[in-house]
Amino acid sequence: MSTTIPAAPPAKSPAPRTQRRVRLTDRARHERNLGWLLAGPAFIAMVAVTGYPILNAIWLSLFDYRLTDPGGREFVGLGNYAMILTDGLFWKQFGVTSLITVVTVSVELVLGFALAMVMHRALYLRTALRTVILVPYGIITVVSAYAWAYAFSNTYGFVNGLLGLGEFDWFGGTWSAIATVCVAEIWKTTPFMSLLLLAGLAQIPDDYLEAAKVDGARAWQRVKRVILPNMKAAIMVALLFRTLDAFRIFDTVFIMTAGAQGTETLSFLAYRQTISRVMVGLGSAVSVILAVLVVLIAVMFVKVFKTDLSQQRGDRK
Amino acid sequence: MFWLAGAVLIIAYAVIPVIWIVSLSFKEGDDITNKSFLPTVWSWENYRTVFASDLFTTALRNSVGMSLIATTISVILATLAAYAISRLNFPGKRLVLGVALAITVFPVIAIATPLFNLWRTIGLYDTWLGLIIPYLSYSLPLSVYVLSAFFREIPWEMEQAAQVDGATNWQAFRRVIVPLAAPGVFTAAILTFFAVWNDFVFGITLTSSEAARPVPAALAFFQGASQFSQPTAPIAAAAVVVTIPVVVLVLLFQRKIVAGLTNGAVKG
Repeated sequence: MSTTIPAAPPAKSPAPRTQRRVRLTDRARHERNLGWLLAGPAFIAMVAVTGYPILNAIWLSLFDYRLTDPGGREFVGLGNYAMILTDGLFWKQFGVTSLITVVTVSVELVLGFALAMVMHRALYLRTALRTVILVPYGIITVVSAYAWAYAFSNTYGFVNGLLGLGEFDWFGGTWSAIATVCVAEIWKTTPFMSLLLLAGLAQIPDDYLEAAKVDGARAWQRVKRVILPNMKAAIMVALLFRTLDAFRIFDTVFIMTAGAQGTETLSFLAYRQTISRVMVGLGSAVSVILAVLVVLIAVMFVKVFKTDLSQQRGDRK
Repeated sequence: MFWLAGAVLIIAYAVIPVIWIVSLSFKEGDDITNKSFLPTVWSWENYRTVFASDLFTTALRNSVGMSLIATTISVILATLAAYAISRLNFPGKRLVLGVALAITVFPVIAIATPLFNLWRTIGLYDTWLGLIIPYLSYSLPLSVYVLSAFFREIPWEMEQAAQVDGATNWQAFRRVIVPLAAPGVFTAAILTFFAVWNDFVFGITLTSSEAARPVPAALAFFQGASQFSQPTAPIAAAAVVVTIPVVVLVLLFQRKIVAGLTNGAVKG
């Protein structure tokens, strides 16, 4: 993260030709000072509360350091990283995290698009739809995880009865446990995706669709040729945000499986190393790797898929 | 007809899991393990259990207090910043937004684990302040972001117009600027509150007792280590209690929340 502040424009030392110019520069300087006076506190607070822990994590990751044995703290350079990256368990958890990310985000895209289409077209219940869709969005992730964990449970839940699965233990195997985690994640976060897509959908002029209709395009052709290309930007932004969010999955896994049955994700690994095993050095290295991976995903989106965030987010106005 | 069926499906999608946890929270005795969707007898028993437990009531107080404080601080700082970003020309304004954006996608656990070590050293571990500070790491960028998007749409020229019409600076501010900015500030506050209220990572890594533990983290501790013989239904009741504020805010401010989530996200 670059935190360099762009240099101020060079002061105009040559004598200005008119009085008006001088006043303008004064005004510009005043505006600049006021700008930083107002934006400064938020900026400094943001950088301090995130920048410091990150730098601290990078520093700690270079040590073999266990909290219960501060005297045994020893500089190991990149040793922790070597240990993690050569450990099969790390790669397995990387695989689990990537699998959950790919599955949830793809399902959410399709489902979110369907929800957005219905909300866009629905003549009745418009307000009701936009209200209920916010419930999964606003609900606490831990609450959603409990609701789904109990729903799938073979002691308390109704899901097995509904699907005729008898005493099937969803949390007894890796694949079925991951499936339940994915269901809970998809339920909770699809609304966010669908609202972003809905906003993109609302930007497409009706004329386009009318014209396509007049030209004899079928429903599916209209979606493929008119709607999707015009929504590309909105789709990419929604995908980027959800992918980065899905990759750091923690709450749902913690509550539903506690990492059992090989469902541990990278965030969970960082937590377990640092908090449960108090291996601060090793845990910090996992955190740093996780952060680097998130940055790589973001870079990939921006470079490979040409997701133009600054334009999308309207920073250029 | 097709769209109406879709609409009904969406409503079912959104509310069934919520009705399920509510239903579970009203179950009692053998009902809890009868695996049916609804209780045979509706009972307030679990709510009585939960509210009689310090574990929950203290956590609820912590959650409410810390969420309100973190939201207030974030929204105040972010309002000033967003005003500057949308109205003033100064070098580095894109940087402020860029940093906010970068931080919102950062893995929270990567901030929590180093703080675990630092907070223990300087005595902020297991305190309100020790959670409020890290909450700012995501509540502040979120507020800056939502507010900048809102403020960009405001016709600020109206302030000058009011002054031309003879209003004093203070009148122009109170009668023109405040009413224009208030809905955005309010929306940012709701979204920020949701984000902080949802916190689990910091709550579980930076607390060790009831002193500062928020509800989501406390729910995880109901299991096993609690006085409840069978914590399932009480957990459901506690989960329902913390969902109530969310549902109330959603019902009252649906339009604002949707606008806040999408504003700026898809505008060119």
